[in-house]
Amino acid sequence: MDFAANLFSTGTLSQILVGLSRTTILFIVSSGMSLILGVLRIPNVAHGSLYMIGAFAAWTVIQFLGGGLFAFLAAMIVAPLIVAAVGFILERGFFSYLYEREHLMLLLLTFSFALILGDLVKIVWGPEYRSVTVPAFFQGSAEIFGLPLPWYNLFLLLVGPCIAVFLWLVINKTKLGKIARAAAVDGEMVGAVGINTGWIFAFTFVLGSFLAGLGGALIAPMVNISLGMDHSLIIETFLIVIIGGLGNMWGALLGSLIFGLTQSLGILVWPQFGIAFPYLAVVAVLVVRPRGLLSSTW
Amino acid sequence: MRRSATPFLLLLLLAALLALPQVLPRFHTYVASIVLLTALLATSLNLAIGYTGLYQFGHAVFYGVGAYGTALVLTRSGMPAPVAFLVGPLAAAALSLVMGVICIRLSKLYFGMLQISLGSLVWAVVYRWYSFTGGDDGIHGIPLPDAIASPKGSYYFTLTVTALCVFAMYRIVRSPFGKVIQGIRDNPVRAAAIGVDVRLHQLASLVIAGFFGGVAGSLFVVVENSVFPDMMFWTFSLEVLIMCLLGGMYTFFGPLVGASVIVLLRVFASVHTQYWSLILGTILTLVIIFLPDGVLGRFVRRSLPKEDRGA
Repeated sequence: MDFAANLFSTGTLSQILVGLSRTTILFIVSSGMSLILGVLRIPNVAHGSLYMIGAFAAWTVIQFLGGGLFAFLAAMIVAPLIVAAVGFILERGFFSYLYEREHLMLLLLTFSFALILGDLVKIVWGPEYRSVTVPAFFQGSAEIFGLPLPWYNLFLLLVGPCIAVFLWLVINKTKLGKIARAAAVDGEMVGAVGINTGWIFAFTFVLGSFLAGLGGALIAPMVNISLGMDHSLIIETFLIVIIGGLGNMWGALLGSLIFGLTQSLGILVWPQFGIAFPYLAVVAVLVVRPRGLLSSTW
Repeated sequence: MRRSATPFLLLLLLAALLALPQVLPRFHTYVASIVLLTALLATSLNLAIGYTGLYQFGHAVFYGVGAYGTALVLTRSGMPAPVAFLVGPLAAAALSLVMGVICIRLSKLYFGMLQISLGSLVWAVVYRWYSFTGGDDGIHGIPLPDAIASPKGSYYFTLTVTALCVFAMYRIVRSPFGKVIQGIRDNPVRAAAIGVDVRLHQLASLVIAGFFGGVAGSLFVVVENSVFPDMMFWTFSLEVLIMCLLGGMYTFFGPLVGASVIVLLRVFASVHTQYWSLILGTILTLVIIFLPDGVLGRFVRRSLPKEDRGA
């Protein structure tokens, strides 16, 4: 116990808790990525842009409603809905006509949307930094086992599992979710038994976009909202999805945890290159299990 | 009949390129050099993606490592310049081998996603390692041998190296090795069944592509006189992929055309607008929807007899 107490001093532990709360956001975003990847087989490069739009939209909603707890909570709902609408337009307007194409083409199409959306954000919100203050309700710190943890981070730590449970219910307990899972395994067969797979794909894409937007809205009070915040995120979600197994929702959860822990520990050990540790974890995982930790759908 | 015209057209093109700096002003000569080395970069990527069917999504990293290798040897060691121009591409090839060994067991998109992620690790290390790579400032004012320091000198150097490398890649694609990698692209299972070591050939193709990508990076040092980490950022990797797609991924000269179009558009668009990504994204969307074979690919397919056009 003494050894552990020394190794995990209070400072280290609370830093890990803060790191974990950021991990919940990564989980929310990458579970959306994983859904789209699992059902539609598209590594959605525009996912980061959707996340960025979520953050900017949250800022706008909060400005519009004049701040405060109500405005903040409203933004957490309205911003993801806006992003979901963008996702709906992209899916129905473009992807739905192109599913027969090679995956490479679809990936490049998502990249072209990432480029276009990036510049549209620049046109709509301008190149300046935006910031959202944490509402008074979430300011200050809680004491967890004698460790200080900001209320907002605690809130995030609670939101993460709620989203996980919600997704599990949607995917496993609703008819729509069951059809989506079946479509992930064999879309053609699902179509053959008379189900309109087009709308299943749209549903998946919209749900995935909603999750990206929610992640963006939730991160808004913790970072400077800026152009380019999509670029680093997309690689992080790729790594998480690769660790966990493509298209597996629990894999996204496990991957986020591994990613978040290795990153926050890595930065403690070696501040300059701590960012490299999650990559080492990825390589280690792939040596043992080339298809990711949990069984993937493909 | 058409094939016989191609060498003649190429010689004509080469003559035009040789005459270019004599008539063009300084800035345009510089742009022409960038077009050439980017064309080399796109052609090298096409070796992996178009001819071997490997979804190499992190190709800009080899370009960047080639450039940094050359730049670091030129600025930090007393070694002669030719050594620097070897070290860059060789470092890129070595990195390509390491990344390839890690990724090669994965299937198509999975492979690409891991390549792009590992590539972004390399970018992050270069971006943060201030004491060695200069961090996000990059390295500027790299000393070059006098013969290639002037704009014209660097242009002719770039032209010579690009022409030699493209010719080398053309020979590689036409060689037995080239036939084997195309066979692997079309049907890896069948290739394995007739006794081809699929992974070894894939790795070799990745290393060759990485090497020539590194050569393009070394040329960038000659033309630009500086290096910076963003030249290996993942968005640029995908941009090079766009060049291949735009020109035509299953043609040899398509990426040359695509790279020229994109670089020239970028140069002239950046004069008029700050929304280059919007333009590029729109072009890409239109190409994917209406011209999936690329500009040259469509042209080539048109010129083929009907039964050879394929799906």
